[in-house]
Amino acid sequence: MLFQCRDLNVFRGERYLLTSLAWEVSEGEVWQIKGENGSGKTSLLRCMSGLAPQSFEGDLTRTDSLLYLGHKAGVKADLTVLENVRLQLGGSLSEDPTDWLEALDYVGLSPFVNELAYRLSAGQCRRIALARLLCTKAKLWLLDEPLTAIDTAGVQLIERQIDHHIARGGAVIYTSHQALELTTPARVVSLRGEGGRPDVD
Amino acid sequence: MSTSLFNKVVHRQLLLAFRRPAALLNPLTFYAVVIALMPLGLGPERQVLADFAPGLLWITALLASLLSAETLLRSDYDDGSLEQLITSGGSVYLAALGYVISHWLMTGLPLMLLAPLFSQLLSMPIEGVLALVAGIGVGTLLLSALGTLGAALTVALRRGGMLISLLLLPLEVPVLILGAGLVERAISGLAIQGLLSILVGLAVLAVTLVPIAIAASIRISLEV
Repeated sequence: MLFQCRDLNVFRGERYLLTSLAWEVSEGEVWQIKGENGSGKTSLLRCMSGLAPQSFEGDLTRTDSLLYLGHKAGVKADLTVLENVRLQLGGSLSEDPTDWLEALDYVGLSPFVNELAYRLSAGQCRRIALARLLCTKAKLWLLDEPLTAIDTAGVQLIERQIDHHIARGGAVIYTSHQALELTTPARVVSLRGEGGRPDVD
Repeated sequence: MSTSLFNKVVHRQLLLAFRRPAALLNPLTFYAVVIALMPLGLGPERQVLADFAPGLLWITALLASLLSAETLLRSDYDDGSLEQLITSGGSVYLAALGYVISHWLMTGLPLMLLAPLFSQLLSMPIEGVLALVAGIGVGTLLLSALGTLGAALTVALRRGGMLISLLLLPLEVPVLILGAGLVERAISGLAIQGLLSILVGLAVLAVTLVPIAIAASIRISLEV
């Protein structure tokens, strides 16, 4: 079990976004969180990642070994592509330089390894963040809109990477308005918005 | 693994500073300009300048450190690096310590090294120079710790500049009093070990304990 919650209520200010969520995520599972804009997808992921410990009530247990990829890519414009991977402020990243170069090669950034990140496009910066998925040792991945600014080839790359991670016994939770084509079909949590109880199936 | 987080933060901050040297030179330029203006404002009378020199040198050091603290965590907040830091499960304390030390290396250390030069621009008696250098070196470490705390508390607020000064000035005034007092005593030929020990003690306390508060403030700031 990598994540578990019971009677979870998530709120923003005075307003409840979702109530009485009971949910369990185990190794080898992929979950998609669905919901309209403003229904609380990002807020739920932030609670799960530990970024918002004051924004929920109820029981929530989770593994420490997680990787969170949010709307902000965590890419530093004044660092080169390689430095962005090497000096990443993540604790569970591989320390092996060959891993970094392999990851950057895999996401198609090997010609730009020593280029400053602000000279790259938005999609390429997003790919630097994706390189992190290849270097991490975290078991649970929380991906908030991972497809933002990513082209078709990039989407396939993410799908392959998720498949690989699941095969190794990891788990992935992602939010997206677009379904990913995966070997293990994604299970779905649908948020109803307005403080309703989400469907878990 | 966790010591590497300290190294990573220091390495990152120094690298970023050297990529944008303007930010690195800003506090030093400010210091140089203010000190150079003093004889113009106060008049070139050597004795007047020498009397005011310890206080002026210290006030300027405090303001230079305060000025550079505001933007310390801004870009790491904006681009999501702080989110990565919190969610990765690494030691936020060590990262916070990294921010303090790198801020000191970029402001405190250069100010300390240039202090003898600036003190002579104000014709400060030579007996006070050693006390000034020691005081600024240790005192700015305290100022960096407090400055990083202020930055962490206000990073989520747009235009937190006024608030950060308001929060930090009361905490930083004792450093100013001790530091300027140290130089005055040295110039008068009195012993400085006592005051210097207090300053060193405070700095050790700040560098070890303030990162706890910085880590907590970063967590609070990220909870939008």
